[in-house]
Amino acid sequence: MPDYTGPLPVPTPETRPFWEAAKRHQLMLPRCRACDRLHYYPRGACPHCLSGDLEWTAVSGRGTLHTFTIVHRGQKGFPVATPYVLAVVELREGPRMMTTLVGVAPDPATVRIGMPVEVTWADVTPEVTLPHFRPAAGGAA
Amino acid sequence: MRGRVAIAGAGEADEHGRLPQKSAFQLHVEAARNALVDAGLTVRDVDAVFSAGLWMGSETAEYMGIRPRYVDGTQIGGCSFIAHVQHAMAAIAAGIVEVALITHGESGASRIGMPGTRFGADSFRLQFEQPFGLAGPPTGYALAAARHMHEYGTTSEQLAELAVSTRKWAQLNPRAIMRDPLTVEQVLASRVISWPLHLLDCCLVTDAGGAVVVTSAARARDLPKRPVYVLGTGEATTHVLVSQMPDYAFWDAAKMASERAFAMAGVAHGDIDVAEFYDAFTIVPVMGLEATGFCKPGEGGAFVSGGRTAPGGPFPMNTNGGGLSYTHSGMYGMFTLVEAVRQLRGECGPRQVAGAKTAICHGLGGMFSASATLICGTEIPD
Repeated sequence: MPDYTGPLPVPTPETRPFWEAAKRHQLMLPRCRACDRLHYYPRGACPHCLSGDLEWTAVSGRGTLHTFTIVHRGQKGFPVATPYVLAVVELREGPRMMTTLVGVAPDPATVRIGMPVEVTWADVTPEVTLPHFRPAAGGAA
Repeated sequence: MRGRVAIAGAGEADEHGRLPQKSAFQLHVEAARNALVDAGLTVRDVDAVFSAGLWMGSETAEYMGIRPRYVDGTQIGGCSFIAHVQHAMAAIAAGIVEVALITHGESGASRIGMPGTRFGADSFRLQFEQPFGLAGPPTGYALAAARHMHEYGTTSEQLAELAVSTRKWAQLNPRAIMRDPLTVEQVLASRVISWPLHLLDCCLVTDAGGAVVVTSAARARDLPKRPVYVLGTGEATTHVLVSQMPDYAFWDAAKMASERAFAMAGVAHGDIDVAEFYDAFTIVPVMGLEATGFCKPGEGGAFVSGGRTAPGGPFPMNTNGGGLSYTHSGMYGMFTLVEAVRQLRGECGPRQVAGAKTAICHGLGGMFSASATLICGTEIPD
């Protein structure tokens, strides 16, 4: 998709492994070896205990819809047509992620807080893949 | 610290609205000049300058020809100026300075002479929010509104009631931008910007400026106008990005900031005569009233219903017409300070809250990220 007009992430040293994993369609989050907690967005230190002893961990890509909005007036150049669903997903492993919810009508009657969702990968350019989410197949979170 | 310092002067830019002929700094200067005149002071009396943003303390000072001995550019969003009052209080009480000028000027609508974008291409916001469709403030606030509705049953009608009550105050203020009558039905019929927020749940976007002068209580008593004493202050910040908001249905920073302010002030909620609550979106004061303890979590929607906050209601709030109907430059917190000062001095004409002695200014920063609270009054409690 060379004509992708949306904003693209420009990685920094502490986030580059996240975006490289996304390109492989893997959802990887930093886990703190000192306190055994995950966090997101990826930092160079654990926001729970400030330890720098982190390791990249694969997570399930499944969770629930924590909150959402149906955007009618979107950002200039954003390639998803309005209205679209901007969502915050709570992963089964705990951390929350902002994402685009796809595969569902952008209607408050069909999008429900608490609904099970799963990651789906959007290869928006040859270099960048975004973790979108969709209603989970089979329904279980 | 209660009553050690006072707001001695308050002012706004000469005009507000859409002013493409004026830069943001001109709005700063007009407001500063008017606030100094109001205080009975001159620019030569100022020894501390506060303004919100990268370089803004010193750039504002340069523009006005001030060489301050104390400069503070703390930027925690729209409540920055309320936080500056706390910082000024600390600097004055420490004996470092005597007269602090806090200024705000923003060409929010016309974007003339405005500082550049705050978030670079490799910022966390542009990496982890924008690519997914975050599209400016309404989308972020809608995430909180939707969760609040889910957890507590808050309705769009309740949010609309707040907009309607606030408009009624604006109708009493000849300087307010939006003065036409407004109904709940009109708010609900306005177009959806980011569900569940409608256009009329959102604040105005204007060019505006405001300023206040803070000095020691002793010095303020020698100035022409009645001092508005700083009784209690608090500030708090919990996050910057809305995707990091700890609880989408509760404004943690507001609870922290307001508890600190009430503890310092030594007043109870029932002592507050007039309330100025930051209202960038209708959901903001609803969650603000809950977090500051004027009602319980989940009760904010009911609290603002039935015209409770309207003129003549039992809880006079946003008496200038608020960010929803008076003005909203982008960082509205300054205007809560200016209106509280005017109410406490009895300068508000048709919108005057009779006998107002104690006021609360409660500010928002970022995406429910930060909060600052000021409790001020015409008398210092024992």
